[in-house]
Amino acid sequence: MIANNLSYHVGSKKLLHNVSLTARPGELLAIVGANGAGKSTLLKLLSGDLRPGVGEVLFEGRRLADWPPAALARRRAVLTQQHALALAFQVRELVLLGRYPHFGGQPTARDWAVVAAALDLVDLSHLAGRAYPTLSGGEQQRAQLARVLAQVWEAEGGFLLLDEPLTGLDLRHQHHTLAVAHQLTRRGFGVIAVLHDLNLAAQYADQVLLLRQGRAVASGPPAQVFTPDYIHLGFGIEVELLIHPSLGYPLIVPTVSSHP
Amino acid sequence: MPVLAEKSPTLPAPTAALPTRASRARVLLVVLAVALLLAVLLGAGAGALPVPVASVLGVLLHKLGLSTSLAFEPQQEAVVWAIRLPRVLLAVLVGAALGLAGAAMQGLFRNPLADPSLLGISAGASLAAVAVIVLEEKALKIVSALPGAGGVGAYALPLAAFGGAGLATLFVYRVSRRGGRVLVSTMLLVGIATNGLAGAITGLFTYVATDAQLRSITFWGLGSLGGATWPTLATLVPLLALPLLWLPRLGKALNLLALGEEQAAHLGLPVARVKWQVIGLTALAVGASVAMVGAIGFLGFLVPHVLRLLGGPDHRFVLPASALGGALVLLLADTLARTVVAPAELPIGILTALLGAPVFLWIVLRTAD
Repeated sequence: MIANNLSYHVGSKKLLHNVSLTARPGELLAIVGANGAGKSTLLKLLSGDLRPGVGEVLFEGRRLADWPPAALARRRAVLTQQHALALAFQVRELVLLGRYPHFGGQPTARDWAVVAAALDLVDLSHLAGRAYPTLSGGEQQRAQLARVLAQVWEAEGGFLLLDEPLTGLDLRHQHHTLAVAHQLTRRGFGVIAVLHDLNLAAQYADQVLLLRQGRAVASGPPAQVFTPDYIHLGFGIEVELLIHPSLGYPLIVPTVSSHP
Repeated sequence: MPVLAEKSPTLPAPTAALPTRASRARVLLVVLAVALLLAVLLGAGAGALPVPVASVLGVLLHKLGLSTSLAFEPQQEAVVWAIRLPRVLLAVLVGAALGLAGAAMQGLFRNPLADPSLLGISAGASLAAVAVIVLEEKALKIVSALPGAGGVGAYALPLAAFGGAGLATLFVYRVSRRGGRVLVSTMLLVGIATNGLAGAITGLFTYVATDAQLRSITFWGLGSLGGATWPTLATLVPLLALPLLWLPRLGKALNLLALGEEQAAHLGLPVARVKWQVIGLTALAVGASVAMVGAIGFLGFLVPHVLRLLGGPDHRFVLPASALGGALVLLLADTLARTVVAPAELPIGILTALLGAPVFLWIVLRTAD
């Protein structure tokens, strides 16, 4: 998945300026940046929700707009931030929606098996029969993740686009979600995720794109992007980098006083 | 915690049984279909001259060219075939159309309170029908006089009502949708405004109407299936065939739409096309029904709601079930309406409102918590 020189503006306000990126199957690409840096706008351009004013998005060598919607849906799934559901579907019925691009009239036994496996993967099997609106925010988030997982379950080299997939999740499930995403990349999927927590991004991402005021400030492996200078540029905060003694990940620790 | 296999995705053995709700939905569909058949036989037998079910069946099979041992008298045959059956079938067709239209509209608006009568869509259809009645003298005479427009007369009313319903649907949908979302409060308020506006213009038309036209117009307000004959059915069937056959096929699309338009698009749904299909088909269903039997309220919202409670919200179930359920409820209501104060008749709209209004209030109170 390639984005070339994307720009997007609303009125005279430029939300994104000349951003390019390349996301490969087998890699987790994290998009990070301060609030209002253009992360969600970039993901919406990549998913096709918004059309770039300038530039183009290519998926598997083909312009996004040239993909037939149904074919694209079988290769690529998108998890947005909104999780409203107008109907009181059971959790398993919600996840089955992800299989809709794959069956005509009635779901096959295989579709139901994928639903079960996706629910298992996000640790929600025990709630399969519950009504979606009765779930907590974090459980709803995981159910929606299961839905997009089910959508591209069998797509070799398929892509997942996740917009802040960790919002509302507890610590365990934040890690679990990223671990699932990481395992998917090992199976040949490409994952692009907007993340807020730099430490989690440092731990799980293969590539990082740092945005600031609609422009790409830095991109590359976490070790290259997460330097005190770049983080100060991107977030306006002084940090120190520590290396985790046993795991070897960089730990980003703000050095601002807690009593300003 | 479960983990993914390194290579190919591993799947558990396919589960043999369907999830319980899906199998229950299938049973419900069968039950509804059987109940509808029974109601048709009962409805065709009930009335001032009661005809036993066996004789009704005998008449039907006889007309289909089958000889049976089921006995009936010529008088019974005349009553059942010429008077009751057209009316029973009209109730089935219109009930199915209104039930389906309601269910589809609720899917489109993503709200269980959407209903053609509440949102002013029936009122828009009525307005157009009244306009045709009043303006008939002048405008329609000219149109009908055109060469090759001989058949326009029979279809003028339903087609005008279709146009009125379509415009009202578009208006309500456009105005109540803000930033890709339909707000319930806005939707209902826009419905009130549409009802008021259409009612006011209809009122204006009654001012310029003649006495004979006024009598026809009164009919639209109350609704009645009394005008049923084989020719009216012949006019209605081609108009309702499209929505009755097509709307039930939109179950998957409306399920996806429940996720919101963006997410539905990411699952491959051609959102704009589906919306136009639903708006056009419901307008056709409501317009043709209103033109034939007048405005019948609450049915399109009562039936899908009860069915959702019984069989779950999956549109692949709710749409066909609402067609069957709408047909069943309207048929039973009409049978009641023409027998309970016989030989007089209750307006059918009164009965459906008596049933529907309390349920509507109940939903509002329940969702307000």
